[in-house]
Amino acid sequence: MRATPRDSAVTHAVLVVAALIAAFPFASVIVTSLRSDDGGVGVANYGQAWAQGGFGSALLSSAIVAFTVVATTAVVACLAGYALAHMRVPGEKLVLGVLIVGLVLPYEVTVLPLYQMLSGWGLVDTYWALILPQVGLSVPLGVFWMRSFFKTVPGELLDAARMDGASSLRILCSVLVPVALPAIATLATILFLFTWNEFLLALILVPQNEAVQTAPLSLSFFSGAEHGAKPAITAAAAVLVALPIVVAYVILQRRLITGLTEGAVK
Amino acid sequence: MTATLLDAPAVRAAPPRRRRKARISWWSLLYLAPALAFFGIFVLLPIVQSIRISFYDWDGITVASPTGLANYVAVFSDSDLREALLHSLVLLVFYSALPVGIGLVLAGAMSRIRIYGLTVFRAVLFLPQVLSSVVVAVAWREILADDGPLNAALRAIGLGAVARSWLGDFDTALPSIGVIGTWVEYGLCMVLFLAGIATIDRSLYEAARLDGAGAIREFTDITLPALRPQISIALILTITFALRNFDLIWNTTRGGPGTSTTVPSVYVYEDAFQNRALGRASALAVVLTVVILVLVGAVQLALRERPEGPSRGWRGRRARRRV
Repeated sequence: MRATPRDSAVTHAVLVVAALIAAFPFASVIVTSLRSDDGGVGVANYGQAWAQGGFGSALLSSAIVAFTVVATTAVVACLAGYALAHMRVPGEKLVLGVLIVGLVLPYEVTVLPLYQMLSGWGLVDTYWALILPQVGLSVPLGVFWMRSFFKTVPGELLDAARMDGASSLRILCSVLVPVALPAIATLATILFLFTWNEFLLALILVPQNEAVQTAPLSLSFFSGAEHGAKPAITAAAAVLVALPIVVAYVILQRRLITGLTEGAVK
Repeated sequence: MTATLLDAPAVRAAPPRRRRKARISWWSLLYLAPALAFFGIFVLLPIVQSIRISFYDWDGITVASPTGLANYVAVFSDSDLREALLHSLVLLVFYSALPVGIGLVLAGAMSRIRIYGLTVFRAVLFLPQVLSSVVVAVAWREILADDGPLNAALRAIGLGAVARSWLGDFDTALPSIGVIGTWVEYGLCMVLFLAGIATIDRSLYEAARLDGAGAIREFTDITLPALRPQISIALILTITFALRNFDLIWNTTRGGPGTSTTVPSVYVYEDAFQNRALGRASALAVVLTVVILVLVGAVQLALRERPEGPSRGWRGRRARRRV
């Protein structure tokens, strides 16, 4: 098929504009963050933001929470996905139906009881208050993801392993997980993104303890009106918080988006 | 109804020589147990609790007194909460209808040509999705500020009279938040639709062209029906985002100025953690959840793949999951 060169040029121009609009706010924050008081350009704002906002601790907290949530979810999702893909689970329909609701659930409906429950256990303002609920909330996506991947593995492969005397756990660990590693990596990337950026749960579950507050929450407090930081320093703080994710995105965007369009654009 | 969300396509796309699974395995429950424990304790149990609390009048400290449906009556009769629900409807247009519309038009144009640099475009268009909403809020607060780049541009082209503090103005705060939402979501929609278009058989377009179909006919007869699964998932994601929407509002306007940008989730937070009206907060959260589930269900039902529709293999199915 042939479209006219004019069509092509117009469409590309529109695409460029759409991309510029998408990139502009982040670019604008970077520019602001580099502007110093005397009108020059420099990274002094970053030093100030880092010192005033405690972002070293915040980024570390985010990393601890995100890695723990992703690793735990991946393990429990592999176990459950395996069962749902290759075993006859009693009440399978019920399990799937309940998990599906979890996919579109607004967290708002869970936060108040979560706060009360975790505060009763003495866990509010600890890492556990961020880790445990986020594993629970990540389970639906993880389980459906792994189930759908494991379903693509032919049962004959599993039968062969079984005849060789492999136990069912053995089959999962040495047959299924190795072939599923790319799928697990993509799932981990997505969950990492969600967990790293989660704001509402952090606001509610670790409100008082700065030592465990995550990067988005610290940025929110730092940029709040009461703090009164200069726009340039706030912008630097925003870049500090966004940077790890953007770097990871640049490296992993193929996995993340090509996953989305996999096998399509060849 | 929602049970078709991810389940149905998986079944449809199963390999033809799918084995029958063996007898019911009680061992399988052992494998499910950790996932179900996390989900049950930290998601299901809190939901049940929320529903229970919604039937009580409770400040979280003294003894709760049952009030029947009073909290639900309040959700629909309180003028503040009704206003918040109305704001959500306005935001649905900005967060869902506009991005899906823009995405469709652009993707439709792109279906007709070969695109150079697609990977780069995709990566940039998807960027708003990976940034923390707090970072997004900081960036846009600056752009829309009194002395921000938007007003500078307006003044430069002689429209200084229009310039204002966009998020601080009663008339423009809600649409401004809406524009931020459109910005966050349109790239996602475009990327989804581009992925869908890439799975369409090119020969369909050639055949249509031989039949003398123009660009519009091509779009309505081929592109649009083939994109049904992607439109469905785009609507579900954007509607859910529009109705939750706590992070962005909390970090830009906190519902202000006045009550001009309040949404239900802001009231859920304030009632639960600041005003100590736990019953009302829970009732509102339950209503919000039901509204989301109903809308998602309706989208599912309206856009489910008809049997005669173009068949989409595993690629389409995986595309849904990737989001």
